[in-house]
Amino acid sequence: MSAFDNTAFDYAPAPESRAIARLKPSYQIFVDGEFRDGRGEAVKTINPATEEPLAEVAEANAADVTDAVAAARRAYEGSWSRLPGSERSKYLFRIARAIQERGRELAVLESLDNGKPIKESRDVDIPNAAAHFFYYAGWADKLGYAGFGPNPRPIGVAGQIIPWNFPLLMAAWKIAPALATGNTVVLKPAETTPLTALTLAEIIAECDLPPGVVNVLAGGPEVGQALVEEPGVDKLAFTGSTAVGKQLQRSVAASGKRLSLELGGKAANIVFDDAAIDQAVEGIVTGIFFNQGHVCCAGSRLLVQESVHDEVVSALQDRLQTLRLGDPLDKNTDIGAINSAVQLARVRELADVGEAEGATRWSPACTLPDRGFWFPPTVFTGASQASRIAQEEIFGPVLTVLTFRTPQEAVDKANNTPYGLSAGVWTEKGSRILWMANRLRAGVVWANTFNRFDPVSPFGGYGESGFGREGGRHGLAAYLESEA
Amino acid sequence: MSIALSQTSASGAVGTAAAGLADAGRDDASLRRFLHGLPGVDQVGAEARAAALATRSIKTTAKAWAIDTAIRMVDLTTLEGSDTAGKVRSLCGKAARPDPWDASVPAVAAVCVYPDLVATAVQVLRGTGVQVASVATAFPSGRAALATKLVDVAEAVAAGASEIDMVIDRGAFLSGQYAKVFDEIVAVKQACGSAHLKVILETGELVTLDSVRRASWLALLAGGDFIKTSTGKVSPAATPPVALVMLQAVRDFAARTGEVRGVKLAGGIRTTKEAVRYLVMVNEVAGQRWLDPATFRFGASSLLNDLLQQRHKLTTGAYDGPDYVSID
Repeated sequence: MSAFDNTAFDYAPAPESRAIARLKPSYQIFVDGEFRDGRGEAVKTINPATEEPLAEVAEANAADVTDAVAAARRAYEGSWSRLPGSERSKYLFRIARAIQERGRELAVLESLDNGKPIKESRDVDIPNAAAHFFYYAGWADKLGYAGFGPNPRPIGVAGQIIPWNFPLLMAAWKIAPALATGNTVVLKPAETTPLTALTLAEIIAECDLPPGVVNVLAGGPEVGQALVEEPGVDKLAFTGSTAVGKQLQRSVAASGKRLSLELGGKAANIVFDDAAIDQAVEGIVTGIFFNQGHVCCAGSRLLVQESVHDEVVSALQDRLQTLRLGDPLDKNTDIGAINSAVQLARVRELADVGEAEGATRWSPACTLPDRGFWFPPTVFTGASQASRIAQEEIFGPVLTVLTFRTPQEAVDKANNTPYGLSAGVWTEKGSRILWMANRLRAGVVWANTFNRFDPVSPFGGYGESGFGREGGRHGLAAYLESEA
Repeated sequence: MSIALSQTSASGAVGTAAAGLADAGRDDASLRRFLHGLPGVDQVGAEARAAALATRSIKTTAKAWAIDTAIRMVDLTTLEGSDTAGKVRSLCGKAARPDPWDASVPAVAAVCVYPDLVATAVQVLRGTGVQVASVATAFPSGRAALATKLVDVAEAVAAGASEIDMVIDRGAFLSGQYAKVFDEIVAVKQACGSAHLKVILETGELVTLDSVRRASWLALLAGGDFIKTSTGKVSPAATPPVALVMLQAVRDFAARTGEVRGVKLAGGIRTTKEAVRYLVMVNEVAGQRWLDPATFRFGASSLLNDLLQQRHKLTTGAYDGPDYVSID
């Protein structure tokens, strides 16, 4: 009867089994349809929640990049670009189904390698990755009707560099539209999170794609740089920081390579006094604490109408007390680990800056695990538009609260940033949503919701948030020669 | 009606007065101003939050705690035209001692019957600590004159009911006659004397979550000790988004007035899994202090049997079928 001796509703640990990830001791790069050891360094990838090594990854070097691009070129010219769309579509459907079939394995692997809560990898990352392949599989044989002319042509070999915040999902965002339109791919996942992309390579091999159509290279910035400079690459697609994006743009200047960039953000989540407050609070939480705030479109600036500031902040603080931080594999965990020591240092530094600038720092009472990289959900009130925490992307679970009095002031403050990726508007008044959406300079404007993704909806930014769109019909344009 | 109203202010709901809410119940116009001034509820967002809470994984010790807590929160109910004294006696026996072979299983909170069977229940339950609740006020439609409703309540209380489950006049509420609904609740509360009053909103007829929030506040302002979802005679009855909004109402009411009122979910809750999900919702939306039979109840008839079977499964590791628990 000891099971019945509890005196309070303490959720017992409910961990997903680590064995489901089928973790291998070592992982290899995928070039020309073969898995092989990269000729770069062998690097250990670690679990950010415990700092324990997960597996060894034989990283690529510049020669591997050259091989991969050459393989992609052969595949492009030899078969893939000439395959009927309906045939390419079959491969994409096959990949989508295989991702679903191995969904649990990929979810656990993602949480181990990235540190994100299993409920997010299980309910968001993996299903959305499959959905992207399903969606673009549907376009492959209908490109002539997509509004890009009767016979739009692929660009060639696409070099794709993706970040560590949504490792498999970003791989899907990049690979699916490129393949649907007849391009071939050399993909480089982030150095701290290569495992799900390499497992996706395994899935792709099992789906019998012709060798060289998809190549996956593990490695750090130098592998990325080699890919950028490789003359055989026709198109580069990059998702990551604005600093690296700018550097990349300089590298490809005058090279004739096509480029699309999806960079940082400092999104405003705007709450009017007539909003459904309980749901707005949920949207604020989803906006900045989803995926530990490692989201380029995170709602990191809360702009709240002055008349409801105290009410909203107090409701938000009450809500944050119920968030559960800890073991990413526990099904009840809401906040997982920060992905790396480097990122943790950056978040800590900017949070300290916020305090030094005079803003009031608040976090719910929560115990951080002894090992691993952890940062509590943090809210800064009393910050000003001029403070660094209101301007710089923190890329962590840190929310900066600002106020406004009139709709115009909300728009002015929201747009007062070099970025322009996303924004949120919370009001029960439909006309105000439209008025705001017409004036906000952001690629995505969410109304009474935040951080909702669907393959049908294009995603991308203005200004220093990058250019080009991913997802939807617009996402095809980034991989087609004839843009109408 | 003005008499009933002055009685409320006279009885002096201290908390509501302190929070500046005393004037809200003066008339239709002031009630409308207050209720329509509450923040709206975004249906999509509320449904998403309810669905997210349902993904909590409650296992082992937490599940054991939840099962026993849920048993202690059950208002074991029979509300059929075919009810007999024998059935009610059997139900009362089960309420006091849900598992005849295991004394560690706690008793339920109350037995809920029609007014004419209250005396039978009171007789069996004397000294057990299990309360006797009775529906009244022309349950389930509420379509009777106020005087009739008050007699209904008075007779149930006289027969020994310690809890009264009343229904609101949904027609009056939906047509904006808020003062009429308010006054009826006040009058029924008066007729209850020391008995606890649960106010049934019949959310399946209110339809929108905005209406659920307004009706919840109306019932709380008028002095209801509990707000309750449904009669069980209208579908949909208790749903997760409705429960969410009602829990937010008691939470916000307590924050504003300092008075802790309860929520009762009734109708359609049959499985342990659903009950545990609702306890998670109580825990994370209203707060841990509401996880008590004094402030949260399940009105159900078949839920108890599933809780007993799941408890047995957790204790012994084996699942025994529905033939090992009594049907009444």
